[in-house]
Formats: sequence, structure tokens, C-alpha cells
Amino acid sequence: MIKLVLDVIITSLIMGGIYSLIAIGLNLQYGVARVLNVSHGEFVMVGAFITFWAYKLIGINPLISLAICGPMLFVIGLFAYRTLFHYLRKSSESIDVFEGRSMLASFGILYIIQNIALLWWGPNVKMYTFLNFPIKFFGLALEANRLVALLFTLVVVLVFYLFILHSNIGKAIRAAAQNEASAQLLGINVHRVLALCFGLGALLAGLAGSIISMMQEITPLMGFPYLIIAMIVLVLGGAGNILGSLVGGLILGAVTTIVLYWEPGLSLVVSYAIFALILIIRPQGVLAR
Amino acid sequence: MKKWLFPFLLILLLATLPFYTGPYMMVSITSILMYVCLTVSWVIFCAPTRYMSLATATFFGVGMYTSAVLGEILPFAVVVACGGFISFLIGLLTGFICLRLKGFYFAIFTFGLNELVRHSVLWWEANVSGTVGRWVIILESMTIYYYMLVIVLLTVLVAYFLRRSRFGLILFSIGESEEAAAHIGIDVTRYRIIFFAISCFFMGMAGAVMATKWAYIDPRIAFNPILNFTPVLMALFGGVGEIYGPILGASLLTAISEVLLSRFPYYYMLLYGIIFIIVISFLPGGLVGLARKWRKEPLKN
Repeated sequence: MIKLVLDVIITSLIMGGIYSLIAIGLNLQYGVARVLNVSHGEFVMVGAFITFWAYKLIGINPLISLAICGPMLFVIGLFAYRTLFHYLRKSSESIDVFEGRSMLASFGILYIIQNIALLWWGPNVKMYTFLNFPIKFFGLALEANRLVALLFTLVVVLVFYLFILHSNIGKAIRAAAQNEASAQLLGINVHRVLALCFGLGALLAGLAGSIISMMQEITPLMGFPYLIIAMIVLVLGGAGNILGSLVGGLILGAVTTIVLYWEPGLSLVVSYAIFALILIIRPQGVLAR
Repeated sequence: MKKWLFPFLLILLLATLPFYTGPYMMVSITSILMYVCLTVSWVIFCAPTRYMSLATATFFGVGMYTSAVLGEILPFAVVVACGGFISFLIGLLTGFICLRLKGFYFAIFTFGLNELVRHSVLWWEANVSGTVGRWVIILESMTIYYYMLVIVLLTVLVAYFLRRSRFGLILFSIGESEEAAAHIGIDVTRYRIIFFAISCFFMGMAGAVMATKWAYIDPRIAFNPILNFTPVLMALFGGVGEIYGPILGASLLTAISEVLLSRFPYYYMLLYGIIFIIVISFLPGGLVGLARKWRKEPLKN
């Protein structure tokens, strides 16, 4: 019984940490840059595949891949914002119109990335073995890769959170999230901050994908469920609230893991039901002020 | 009178179509009709209220499942009506729950709703009915075509007259300014719910008919999330300012995607995604907007 409880707790922490990473990424993109990026899950998938191929072809350690994958996806995200979303923002007459158009445009990106991934990598499930030996831990055998994943997720989340809280760029991001016009008056180059947020969102998704690939099978179609999870967490924590996404991700991770142990088929159903309930009761987010 | 001539000729052509074309063409045109129906019914609710519903697949899928469950028990015309009616009721319920939400949360909600329904049905079929998919009665492609044609005509007529009726004006005024509409005594939420349910009615009927074309359905086919976005794209491509906009948009894009799918099956999604982005970036008013710009008429909506 204690073994089961410990197992559930550790799995919840791993899943929760990954959900938090992905959700903070989406939150930067929607909460600050106002792009509900439907292709967010695809960035997770791309991160996972970059790590997979780097390991298979050149033998790069997946933990080092984190440092390659993140910047690569950051550049892709920055490029997508600079070319497409910046143009849409300038040509939309209001922010509501921009939200609608940018969401649909990101759906187009989802199609494009998914098609390229299927062409290059094929539809088959892929996996590599990494640190696949058990570690004894209070009489509980845990795979080393899961513990490493847990450690790295928590480190990335923590570092990123401190970055948002204390660095100048982080402060600029939070200012832009609260009030764009005032941020601009204070001398913040808002368009640069928004592009940066989009890039950082892609970076976090890539890191999450990299970590996921260490312990799970990957396919070109794996991204979509993570998008849904990120949207649920976004609604749970409130748009623009980074701490909300962090806590929300951990909560959702715990809930889905518990349901998974109890009745595997219902895991997704329960998360959607929670999602629908929250939207009806508190659309501004449960954890929002 | 001149205004009615072209639609009349078009209907005449469509009604007698099986006399001049082969079976492959019929199947293609049936799927064009299906997308026209979905797009026009999406526009009935979403264009005037400026709410973006991403649950087209949900109501379409409800129709499909109605067809699969009732297909062998009842005559087919009744099944289609049932599909529409059940969809209508679920639409009423959904609208009642979520149409108080502000615009963008509504879009996210409907998107999640489709996933909720899909996974619930998947779980139910696997654990209670003990199957994954279901067989649907098979009809001749000619029969499917005529059913679809009648439904499309009905949808377009309803859309056309609603747009011109008092209710259409009420809905437009809600879309323009919710507060102002509420102040002149319009029950904003009630009208939204009714219109939402009406648009669901047609989606359900289309689903009930089209299920017979696929012959086998499972939750992944019936509640395919891509179908949530297709009508939005088609409506935007055509432009929602005039009734012919969505019809034109749906017909052209379906035709294009059929060609893409048969010519470049492996690059289909890639090309479709590029078209998607180009339409959204460069055609904000859709084809209707383009036509108006060309004729130098002022842009409305």
C-alpha cells in the first residue's frame, strides 16, 4: 500500500512537472502574447524527436540535448512570431479579432509541422533506452530515467520561475502581461517582449518533449493531448498567471495520475470534465485573483 | 426576380445531376454538399454573434451515432430527423451551460467539449457495449445525395430567412454590442442558446445522413477534431458577410482538398495548412470581402 502511494506520488510529480512546463509555455504564448497556440503540442513532439535522433544518430546524451533542443525551438518560435503573428497583430483591427485569427493560423502550423514530421519520421512509435536500470528507494524500485526526468523537470520549472520573477526580462514580460499600454509607456519594447514570450513558450515545450522522450514512446501524433492538457491548466491557473500554471500543472498531474491508477480509460475524460466544470464555474481561473 | 434566377438554375442543375454524371462525381458532390451544410449552419450562429464554436464535429458525430443506433429500427427519414432533433437538444443543453461565457472561453470550452464527448463515448463503447466501432446501414449513393441536397437547401433557406428576420437582427445587435442589446430589453443569452441549437440541428441531420456513406463509424471518426476547424476555415475563406460566401467557400475548399488528397496524399496536410495560413493572413473578409473590394463597395462586418 505504501509502495503504491509512493509510486503514485512520484508519478504525479513527474507528470505534474511536465504539465507545468508545457502549460507555462502556453501561458506565455496566450496570457502575454495573446496567441492561443494550437500547435503548442507539436513543439513538444518536435523536441522529443530532436532528442531521439540526436541520441540515435550521434549518440548525444539526452540530458545534453536539453541544451540543444531548447534554443533550437526558441529560434523556431521567435521566427513564427516575427513573420506570421506579428503581421496578423498589425493587420487586425482589435485584439479579439487577432485572438481568433492567430488561433486559426496556429492550427495551420499544426497541420504543417505534423505533416513534415510524418514524412520525415514515419507514423511508427519510437523509443530509446536511457538510464534504464532501477534504483532502490525506500524499498521501491524506480527506473533511474524517471528520477532524472523528475529532477530535471523540477530544476527547469524552478529556474524559469525565478527568471520570470527576478530578471529584468522577466519583469518586462510580467508588465506586458498585466498591461501592454502602460508597459510601453515605461519604455518596454512590447513587440520584442511578445516575440520573446512566444519563443520562450516554444522553448519550454521543446524541453518538456525532450524530457518526455527519456521515459515514454514518441510518435508524430503525440502532441495533441499535451495541448489539451496545457489548455486545461491554462484555464485552471488563469491566463497570464505563471504561478497559477505552475500549481495548476502539478494539481492536474496528481489528478490524472490517480485516475490512471484507478481506471485507465477514464483519465482523459476526468481531465476534460474538470476543464468543463472550471470554465462554467470560474472562467477567469480557479487560482486567479 | 433576377436575383432568384441563378439560385433556381443551380438547384435545378443539382436536382437533375445524377442524369449527367458518373458515380465518382456524385460522391464528390455529396461531400461538397456536406461541407456546405456544416459551414452554413456554423455561420447561422457564429457569424452574427461573433462566438467561435469549435464543436461542429461533436454535433455531426451525435447525428452519426443516432444513425448507427436507430438506423435499423426506424425508417431512414425518421432517423435523420431524430439525428437533428437529438443534436438540437444537446445543443440547447450545451448552450444553456456555456453561452454565458465570454467569447474566447466559449471557443476553448467547445473545443474541450468535443474531446470530452469523444473520450466518453470511447470509454462507454469499450467498457459497456464491448465494441469500438459500429456498423451503419448502407444506402445507395443516389439516396444519400438526395437526402443531403434536401438538407442543404433547408439549411441555406433557414440561414437566409433568419438573417433577414427580426431574430437575425436581434442576433446581429447582440454581436455588435451585448450591453446595448441587453439595455433595449433583449434576453441576450436566450437568443444565443436558441440559435446555437438551430445550428446544431442541421449539423446533426448531416451527420445522420453521412454516417451511411462511411458504413462503419467509431468515436475517432465521428468526433474527429479536424472537423471542428474545417467549417471555420471554409466560412472565413468564403466570407460571412453574405449568404453566398460560406457556400462558395465550402464548395471551393472541398473541391481543392479533394484534388489535393488524390494528387498528393502525403503532402495533403502540409498544403492544406499553407492554404489555411494564407487565407487567414491575406483574406480577412474572405471571397465576399474580395468581391466587394473589387466592386469598390464599402466593407461591412
